[in-house]
Amino acid sequence: MDNVTEGEEAVTPSYKKKDFMSDQMLRWCPGCGDYSILSQTQTVMAGLGIPKEDFAVVSGIGCSSRFPYYLETYGFHTIHGRAPAFSSGAKCANPDLSLWMITGDGDALAIGGNHTIHLVRRNVDIQVLLFNNRIYGLTKGQYSPTTSEGKVTKSSPMGSLDHPFNPLELVLGAQGTFLARAVDTYPKELRQVLIEAEGHTGTSYVEILQNCPIFNDKVFDSVVNRKVRDEKIIFLEHGQPMTFGAKDAPKGLRLNGLEVEIIELGGEYSEADCLVHDKTSKALANILVQLDYPDYPVPMGVLYQVERPTYNDILHAQIDESVEKKGKGKLKDLIYGGQTWSVE
Amino acid sequence: MITETEIADRVTICFAGDSGDGMQLTGTQFTNTSALAGNDLATFPDYPAEIRAPAGTRAGVSGFQLQFSSDQIFTAGDAADVLVAMNVAALVTNVKKLKPRGTVIVNTDKLSDKDLEKADLTSNPLEDGSLDGYEVIEVELSRLTKEAVKDLGLSAKEADRCKNLFALGMTYWMYGRDHSFTKNWIKGKFKEPYSTANLKALEAGHAYAETMEIFERMVEVKSATLTPGTYRNITGTQALAIGLTTGTNLAEKNLFYGTYPITPATDTLHELAKLKNYNVTTFQAEDEIAGICSAIGASWAGSMGVTGTSGPGLALKGEALGLAVMTELPLVVVDVQRGGPSTGLPTKTEQSDLLMALYGRNGEAPMAIIAAATPADCFEVGIEAVRISLEHMTPVMLLTDGYLANGAEPWRLPDIDSLKPIGNRLISTPNGEDGEYLPYKRDPETLARSWATPGTPGMMHRIGGLEKDELTGNVSYDPENHEKMCELRRDKVARIANHIPEQDVFGSDDGLLVLAWGSTFGAIRQAVIKANNDGKKVGHAHLRYISPFPKNLEAIFKRYDKVLIPEMNLGQLSRVIKSEYLIDAISHTKIQGQPFKVTEIESAINDAISNNGQEA
Repeated sequence: MDNVTEGEEAVTPSYKKKDFMSDQMLRWCPGCGDYSILSQTQTVMAGLGIPKEDFAVVSGIGCSSRFPYYLETYGFHTIHGRAPAFSSGAKCANPDLSLWMITGDGDALAIGGNHTIHLVRRNVDIQVLLFNNRIYGLTKGQYSPTTSEGKVTKSSPMGSLDHPFNPLELVLGAQGTFLARAVDTYPKELRQVLIEAEGHTGTSYVEILQNCPIFNDKVFDSVVNRKVRDEKIIFLEHGQPMTFGAKDAPKGLRLNGLEVEIIELGGEYSEADCLVHDKTSKALANILVQLDYPDYPVPMGVLYQVERPTYNDILHAQIDESVEKKGKGKLKDLIYGGQTWSVE
Repeated sequence: MITETEIADRVTICFAGDSGDGMQLTGTQFTNTSALAGNDLATFPDYPAEIRAPAGTRAGVSGFQLQFSSDQIFTAGDAADVLVAMNVAALVTNVKKLKPRGTVIVNTDKLSDKDLEKADLTSNPLEDGSLDGYEVIEVELSRLTKEAVKDLGLSAKEADRCKNLFALGMTYWMYGRDHSFTKNWIKGKFKEPYSTANLKALEAGHAYAETMEIFERMVEVKSATLTPGTYRNITGTQALAIGLTTGTNLAEKNLFYGTYPITPATDTLHELAKLKNYNVTTFQAEDEIAGICSAIGASWAGSMGVTGTSGPGLALKGEALGLAVMTELPLVVVDVQRGGPSTGLPTKTEQSDLLMALYGRNGEAPMAIIAAATPADCFEVGIEAVRISLEHMTPVMLLTDGYLANGAEPWRLPDIDSLKPIGNRLISTPNGEDGEYLPYKRDPETLARSWATPGTPGMMHRIGGLEKDELTGNVSYDPENHEKMCELRRDKVARIANHIPEQDVFGSDDGLLVLAWGSTFGAIRQAVIKANNDGKKVGHAHLRYISPFPKNLEAIFKRYDKVLIPEMNLGQLSRVIKSEYLIDAISHTKIQGQPFKVTEIESAINDAISNNGQEA
């Protein structure tokens, strides 16, 4: 805030990352992916040009949901699974807030599954950061709605028998307007996704693949490890051909009928044969959300983004329309409305 | 033609028919017309949970009872003078409501063998003696209505749907009621040809009653001598919506109503959704939990968050209520009680959520609780809930019930200038000695914390469900801090007692005290008036404030020999009173989904007095 002088108008506040660090001691386990996500979020928030007091960060329950305590913004650590409802109420009450919701795979998809789909369906204008580590951390290691089938955990000694959700596929099915994916350990790409999420008007849903070093260590290693990531991750860019792979062995994705196939570039195929990413195409989004390890590279970046009126905008438009038609309500009219009679 | 006119002090009418027969509407028309005629009145709609149970069955019977009077009344009447039965199922399920020698108007077009079978009858009540002792008026309601509207080209079914207006026309003649209110209503409500059809049915019913001399007499109920002022007829639901909106306007806050549809609370949402130009936002959430959580989120962001529900919904809101207690944010929770447990009796009334309101949360989680006594009282209680919540930074539970929500009475409208502004704990500059913001620093008198809302520069802080440090609000696991915070939260609610009126008592200052809360007010007040008129020493204290109780309650108890507590549950308030004040209160309960009758309270009073060996 130091650079903002009183009396000056239209000054974009300029902050440093440390302006977004609260005085609270961080209490995540050493090596937790949450540290990086926090750090990138603080950096991004500092650079958005939004007054610090306008950030409101809401979370549910779980390791990830401790996040608001560590941000020097307004924060609300609520109850398990219900952060979407608190966020919706707060955003409708004050649409000027930049509202960020922090949640995890258990919080958002198990106990909060119902609220998640309705938040997305309404398209309330907030950012959702889903920390997906495919495990319950705070209760010490039970399988979650994103845990792979067969996974041995404390509550599934013979292997998990639950079939997992694909979070972004669920969000798309719930009529999501912004779907993105990032990784805790890729700061630059994560920051870019967060910036785009904040810029989207509507529910921006960001799945962040996050490592839990204690209860589910290296769960995404076969995708995000630097040794394999060139082959196992595809970074999407709107308007660009879908290419991935090591520099000396470039690959691309192309459509064969309704199936996606991996093609090797440089020989028979070139970039011109590849699918071009169009983030506004729902048909393409339906394909992209289903690309997964081990058959395909996992898509990162913004998979899908379209404009649709937000719940909070429509809500306030109705209020404005009502005031315009009926006039600003006066208590006398409210109480003395309807059929009245006098007793002398 | 000469018809005798008899003067009556008060009359009770019950309209009963299929859920689709328009009985609620017919009753409401009679009610509003009577209100405009200057009567005091009270209504009791009684309808099934099923929207359209099979026609002609007992399950599908919907009733509307109203009492109108030339003196002050408090209930919809213990027993009916007139029953209008649109079919035989309505007849047999409601005939027990009639007074001895009461009048019953029976639709004889609904008495076929098939109609009897649908109503589980093996014989015709008109022939088997079951209506002996009543004045039975047989009317071919369906045929006469069809005849009245025959020129309008309606289908047989459409014509039959006008028969409630025919019946209404008959009752209007009986009591000399003016048609103009209902005629205007019909013209505004229906398109042609249905508008003309309903008008013709109304007039035909009136003319039929007049010319056929089917009634021995007309009855006149003169205007009541009500306190001078401007009145409107109001249901508890409407009064509550207006009260909450008035409260938030007096506080200059936006009202955010987050809720999920549930009987009988849903109509509050309908009423508030119409008031968008009064700074009201309504949010129909995906479930009960989201309803309250959205309201808490809105309060955090600076609105007055309100949620409304009924028993099963309140059970679902428990965890979020605890968060509101912990974060000490304003919140009003309306519980329109209904018969329980579980789904229970959704459309019937009960007072069985009191202990859930007081104790139904994990941990030590006190909150303010207030209850409305009559439909019009919902207005004042709505304002009061908003006041306590904003001035004391606490969730407030507002208890009503199905009887209050759907019942109606004339409401003497308050002088707008007499409504006092409501304060709040908003803060925009740091309150700490070192220029820091301490969100849990308290007002020394009320113990209310301050309220800095997102968007306020320089006041950033974090709140949540984890235990708070007593000043900074930061997470604290300190053992002494937790104990202190539990005590502070308790004391904050207890100190509300310094900011509410003392309990008043009606009637005798000694002898027997009838202590009650909620919708039992009318029956108890009427019974206590009678007891005092009969020379008995009986006082009536009706609690609006249940948490905390008024400060003088203990002193009141000391004045009386006995305390009688009638409730529509199995003795919840009496349990609380016994443990709080160590007095030997007499619990009198009824849990039938129906309000107390005045005579039932009279008996309870007489029993309490005689058991005490105390004679007036």
